[in-house]
Amino acid sequence: MVDVETPLIEVRNVSFGYGADLVLEGINLAIYPRDYLAILGPNGGGKTTLIKLLLGLLTPRSGEIVDRLPDRPGKLGYVPQFSTFDRSFPLRVLEVVRMGRISRRGLLGPYNRDDQRAAEAMLERLHLADLAGRPIRELSGGQMQRVLIARALVSEPAILFLDEPTASIDAESRETLRTLLLELNEKIPIVVVTHDPTSIAAAVRHVACVNRGLHYHHELTNEALEEAYGCPVELLGHGVPHRVLHSH
Amino acid sequence: MPAPSLLHALSYAFVQHAIFAGVLAAILCGVIGPFVVVKRLAFIGGGISHAAFGGLGLCFFLGWNPIWGAIGVSLLFAILLGLVDTEKVRSQDALIGVLWAAGVAAGIVFIAKTPGYAPNLMTYLFGNILLVTKADVWITFALSAVVLATVALFYKGLVAVAFDEVFARVQGAPVRFLRTLLLVLMALVVVILIQVVGIILVIALLTIPPVIALMLCRDLKWVILTSIGLGVAMTLAGLGLSYEADLPSGPVIILLGTAVLLAVYAARRTWKKGGLEIRGPGERA
Repeated sequence: MVDVETPLIEVRNVSFGYGADLVLEGINLAIYPRDYLAILGPNGGGKTTLIKLLLGLLTPRSGEIVDRLPDRPGKLGYVPQFSTFDRSFPLRVLEVVRMGRISRRGLLGPYNRDDQRAAEAMLERLHLADLAGRPIRELSGGQMQRVLIARALVSEPAILFLDEPTASIDAESRETLRTLLLELNEKIPIVVVTHDPTSIAAAVRHVACVNRGLHYHHELTNEALEEAYGCPVELLGHGVPHRVLHSH
Repeated sequence: MPAPSLLHALSYAFVQHAIFAGVLAAILCGVIGPFVVVKRLAFIGGGISHAAFGGLGLCFFLGWNPIWGAIGVSLLFAILLGLVDTEKVRSQDALIGVLWAAGVAAGIVFIAKTPGYAPNLMTYLFGNILLVTKADVWITFALSAVVLATVALFYKGLVAVAFDEVFARVQGAPVRFLRTLLLVLMALVVVILIQVVGIILVIALLTIPPVIALMLCRDLKWVILTSIGLGVAMTLAGLGLSYEADLPSGPVIILLGTAVLLAVYAARRTWKKGGLEIRGPGERA
């Protein structure tokens, strides 16, 4: 049984800045095993910095991040934005998905049979089996997105992070993505970073707005969602009061 | 006196050395070049090759084999850049520029101060493959073996880092080590290439074959194999042509490659309405 009451990741009073100025200040956030959390905020508001901190790519300047995830390679599932890699890279779908197994293998030598099978099984599960041999440059946005999700899932992560997952895909793919994420959320928590939550919001259970500080909406009612959409803009204008999450 | 025929020339030891070094260099370019192109390391490659000139000059001044100086300086350069934080891209860019110029400056000063016969700068800047000695051939052979074995062993990690460094880091792969390793391998290849085409033209041999291969192939392994084939063909044909026409070998090799690149590009534009398929990292299809 999963203990759903204890947070998997706890961000405690974390601040971070690249230069003299702070990008994030006094952030508190807890991610529970069944969470489906959307992190919203304006560009430059610190969303990307927050996800980098959660992924361990950056170290907090102050405060701490407590991680109760199982201690094994590949515990963090990560689906990056398309702009962070080269879509014309001469690789085939299966080769990209197999990269999710890199932490399972040592530094030397090739992937093995197990990696191959795990990648094939994941493609099957995400209905991508037909595309296994397709060069990634020939994929549509929606297909590419699912390939990246397959790559993230093939390491059997304990949590899944998606950075702007709807930015480069069409409406139909968004619907497929929504269904897929809901299904995955039955097993692992999901954290979606986005500046435009409209397409994914219906599935999201909690919303955190980041704009230097963090404002957490515990329940996703229509009102809270409406407030959430408006939140970044209003915050920019030193706006409305929000419920700010302190430690649970 | 007319030059001996091409076939006759092949019987000379120095011509054999040239061919051997040229073919090895082309193979190495084919293996490392695709990583340089997709990972956009060409500027770093240029920096390494020019900085290596400082090492060449120092060894010349001391009366040692210049290749050791080139190896030492380019390895230092690669390791230094590998350790610089990638987040600070601007400082890395500036650092490359500084080392690039400082290396050339140091090399010129050392050569100017070398007593006795001052070697022709042109030899290093544009290469003279016909001056490759037997010792150079052995060093080239050893370096090639090291580079090829290392790429084979670390292939999986090098591809992961070339394709998506951030993902590899999240997965716990030793990204900084792999990135530095790629730069070190490139540095060794650059040293070998300096002998063949010279400091100024290294970048061309490192990028032309993979750029052509990337237009033609959709699979990284085929890109590498095609680059090797193109590189070897370019080098051998260039050597033969330069011998026949009595021209410096490096520039002839590069001009030949550029001509092939343009021809392939034009052919693709003619036969495929989609145009050139090469896209930079991050650019949308």
